[in-house]
Amino acid sequence: MPENPYVFKIQKYSIHDGPGIRTTLFFQGCPLSCHWCHNPESRAESLKINKEEMDKVSFALMEEIEKDLIFYDDSGGGVTISGGEPLSQPQLLFRLLDQCREKEIHTCVDTSGYGAAGILLKAAEKADLILYDIKLIDEKVHKKYTGKSVDLILENLKQLSRQKAAVRLRFPLIPRVTDTIENIGRVIVFLKENTIYRDIHILPFHKTGEGKYLSLGRKNYMKDIQPPYREKTAKVKKQFESNGFNVAIGG
Amino acid sequence: MNSRIESLRKKTIQKQVAVSHERAELVTSFYKTYVGMDKSIPVQRALCLKYILENKKIFIDDNELIVGERGPEPKAVPTYPEICLHSMEDLEILDNRAKVSYKVSEETKAIYKEKIIPFWKGRTIREKIFEAMEDQWIDSFNSGIFTEFQEQRSPGHTAGGELIYRKGFNDLKKNIGQCLGDINFFNDKNGLEKQEVLTSLDIAADALIVFATRHADKLEHRARGEKDFKRKAELENMASVCRRVPANKPETFHEALQYYWFLHVGIITELNPWDAYNPGRFDQNLYPFYKKDIENGTITRKDAKELLCCFWIKFHNHPAPPKVGVTAMESNTYVDFCLINLGGVTKDNQDGVNELTYLVLDVIEEMRLLQPSSMIQVSRKNPDRFIKRALKIIATGFGQPSVFNTDAIVQEMLFHGKSVEDARIAGASGCVEAGVFGKECYILTGYFNLPKILEITLNNGLDPRTKKQIGLKTGDPENLETFDDLLDAYKKQLEYFVDIKIKGNNIIEQINAKYMPVPLLSLVTQDCIKNAKDYNQGGARYNTSYIQGVGMGTITDCFSSLKYNIYDNRRVSMARLLDALGKDFKENDILLHQLGQAPKYGNDNDDADDILKIIFNAFHELVTGRPNSKGGVYRINLLPTTCHVYFGEITGALPDGRKKGVPLSEGISPVQGADRCGPTAVLKSAAKIDHLKTGGTLLNQKFLPDIFKDEKGLQSLVHLIRSYFKMDGHHVQFNVVSEKTLRDAQKNPENYQDLIVRVAGYSDYFVSLTSALQEEIILRTAHTDF
Ligand code: SF4
Repeated sequence: MPENPYVFKIQKYSIHDGPGIRTTLFFQGCPLSCHWCHNPESRAESLKINKEEMDKVSFALMEEIEKDLIFYDDSGGGVTISGGEPLSQPQLLFRLLDQCREKEIHTCVDTSGYGAAGILLKAAEKADLILYDIKLIDEKVHKKYTGKSVDLILENLKQLSRQKAAVRLRFPLIPRVTDTIENIGRVIVFLKENTIYRDIHILPFHKTGEGKYLSLGRKNYMKDIQPPYREKTAKVKKQFESNGFNVAIGG
Repeated sequence: MNSRIESLRKKTIQKQVAVSHERAELVTSFYKTYVGMDKSIPVQRALCLKYILENKKIFIDDNELIVGERGPEPKAVPTYPEICLHSMEDLEILDNRAKVSYKVSEETKAIYKEKIIPFWKGRTIREKIFEAMEDQWIDSFNSGIFTEFQEQRSPGHTAGGELIYRKGFNDLKKNIGQCLGDINFFNDKNGLEKQEVLTSLDIAADALIVFATRHADKLEHRARGEKDFKRKAELENMASVCRRVPANKPETFHEALQYYWFLHVGIITELNPWDAYNPGRFDQNLYPFYKKDIENGTITRKDAKELLCCFWIKFHNHPAPPKVGVTAMESNTYVDFCLINLGGVTKDNQDGVNELTYLVLDVIEEMRLLQPSSMIQVSRKNPDRFIKRALKIIATGFGQPSVFNTDAIVQEMLFHGKSVEDARIAGASGCVEAGVFGKECYILTGYFNLPKILEITLNNGLDPRTKKQIGLKTGDPENLETFDDLLDAYKKQLEYFVDIKIKGNNIIEQINAKYMPVPLLSLVTQDCIKNAKDYNQGGARYNTSYIQGVGMGTITDCFSSLKYNIYDNRRVSMARLLDALGKDFKENDILLHQLGQAPKYGNDNDDADDILKIIFNAFHELVTGRPNSKGGVYRINLLPTTCHVYFGEITGALPDGRKKGVPLSEGISPVQGADRCGPTAVLKSAAKIDHLKTGGTLLNQKFLPDIFKDEKGLQSLVHLIRSYFKMDGHHVQFNVVSEKTLRDAQKNPENYQDLIVRVAGYSDYFVSLTSALQEEIILRTAHTDF
């Protein structure tokens, strides 16, 4: 697998990051610092890619992506660009989206929504589907758990909606953080009042990041938190459904 | 599961496997008393079978619906002293070893000591084979370059075709009569030989009819004494079924099943052919009977299912014949490799999945028995729901059914020069071996240790373990200047050993042709009657001999490491490597780390996978197309059963960093733990082998149970299978048990007596496996979704 400082991991046979069997590229760098982040290694600064490097890097990445074409074709899958935060590396992101479109490879961009509106809207045009995280509505709480203000994220989502971009909402179900009836209620109100989106995927918190925190020597806020019970997940699902949402569990 | 099936199932699972001396004693009496010098060998063999079937005990279990046992009772396994003779030590070991034991009674031991051993010592096929082999063959065999399939069992790997569903034995006897009349003694110099073979087939037909009639008599007798009104009717009905088949062609679903079962028992009584026998394309062959009975209202779906369950139990009643010359440590298996084929295409190339297919899948899931094994054939014409139904059974973690690519099998058969109709009725038997059912004699001749030959090459022809110069002197590896020089040396050694193997095989084939004809198997294998030739003489329509390459992953990684570290990047010197290999990498962690950085097979990396292609092609070109002694040719298979463990034991440290004694890679799976990019990369790498040039490859994939839990996971597996098959992959099987479960089973075997896992082309009880094999299964990389 090609090694470069822009993409810290390539995951094949991803089946929870968009439709079908996918290859997920994890971009380096994220402006947020969510307590529950499962890719803490991604949080180093993202590097700006220069022109000379661009061809080389994108060529190698496309080569890796195209290895699994046969699986995309059979399953209706493709590529998901995730992170980190893909919007933090717009040049590489756009390049890959363009090249995939040229080759008719389905693309998803998995974003926290924390990025410049212009970049996001352009990415939405170039990609087939945006996977958009909606976590918390309360500004204070959002700041506490992610380190950044929520305003930009909500504003960006409104804009996507206005542009009628294809978006799949994803709600990370984090015990004791996002799972309160109040937060979910506010998410519902926000979405109904401001967006056209009524499909939402609940992503229950899981502990796969645990080992990474250990090896990186970072503080793991989620150490004592267990994945949500099945009943809890079902309850949240109901709350969304009774408000007219189509809900799926998992990516 | 109704109470009848539940109790029969419980009984067959709990019953202790034992050695029965019944057959050995009858065969011995026959040869002592009845064989006159006036009878030809084929006729002797047929009369011997008839003698056994006329005199062996008839066993009918309470409440069973399908009858016929090879031994005097279920799980009493006979021996075959004319093929190989158990010594008293063998019997002791079988009796006492901890795993896969066969109880041997004092009576059996006494009979062996007094009667069987004195008569057969010096007269077995096994002894004939070892006597006939040259020194080079013996040395290679002892070094573990290859194994020999026919030293303990007779040639087999055969599945039944559709013939018996169209013809009764009386019809076949008529055909034999015609062919006898057609022999032209004026200008056929083989006329007499033909006459003897045809006569032997005729006697074999009578033998099985007698066996069925004896069952009918006993059933009628039972019926007369039966108080229970319902059972009485059942017994009467069973008796009339046994009166009709195999003499006549079957008319009902019940008759078809019973017919096949008599034949099965007959063939595994005649001799101990590899992989027992096999009902072949089960749902295709049986569907017309099922359909007719349902339409006539003579059977309900529930009745049919009950009959199938009874049929399944019969297979489980028949563990594999016990081996000889085993050590107490060596594990074994009770599995006798009968593989039920489901799905695929019909003869006229339509979707072969039918109502019976799904019913049989229900039976497999419910019965959850070690035997028979089962598989689904997947053609592009078959619906996804069929694969999903099978995946749901696989998800329960018992390793069945495995999944085969019909479209690849058809192409493989066409590539072998078979007719398109014959290709479509082909399937897989044993582990993964493809053949035309009922018309092909395809014999596996032995496993071939590809990595060991590299070890020999790196030692200039010497086997470090036996300290014998068994190979060619291809030169001191330090003087091989380029990677191609090294490859050439390897290819020379490979050719040398392939030649030894093939020469030995041809002699062995002729020994079996001359001394061990199989009249009953010949009777039902087309075109033995027409050709007036025995199955073991090349009477079948197609005759193929296979050599099975083992350790593809290991050998690829070895060459990749040599190329990367020694020749391309010059990071390690040959001298340093050879020294480390000799010391089994002791205190050489740095070197081990360096070696580990070379590209590895299983990651869709062309640098490694190109080497795989080179090795595959070299092996293929050396073997494929060489004539065997039955008028057919040699081909290759890539499957190990459990031989990668044995081959690992006798192979020293290797350039990929594998230490001495560790199992080789299994089938075409990557080296255990070497694949790091998930299942799509493994499938892509595996598909770089030209599967269509083989007669079967075996790919094992281990998945954690989570993936089977939701629709999306299941659907993704369907896609994985479809994509692999689009790339002409031959076979894939899934092991679905979490590592935690397996570790716990190692610690507390008593709690996991019934835990069945996929081993290699078959499933087995986890607790029966040697600890080396248990470790290996745990190590196979587990794939999960992300
Ligand atoms: S937005 Fe995603 S990558 Fe960034 S910190 Fe949060 S969870 Fe981690």
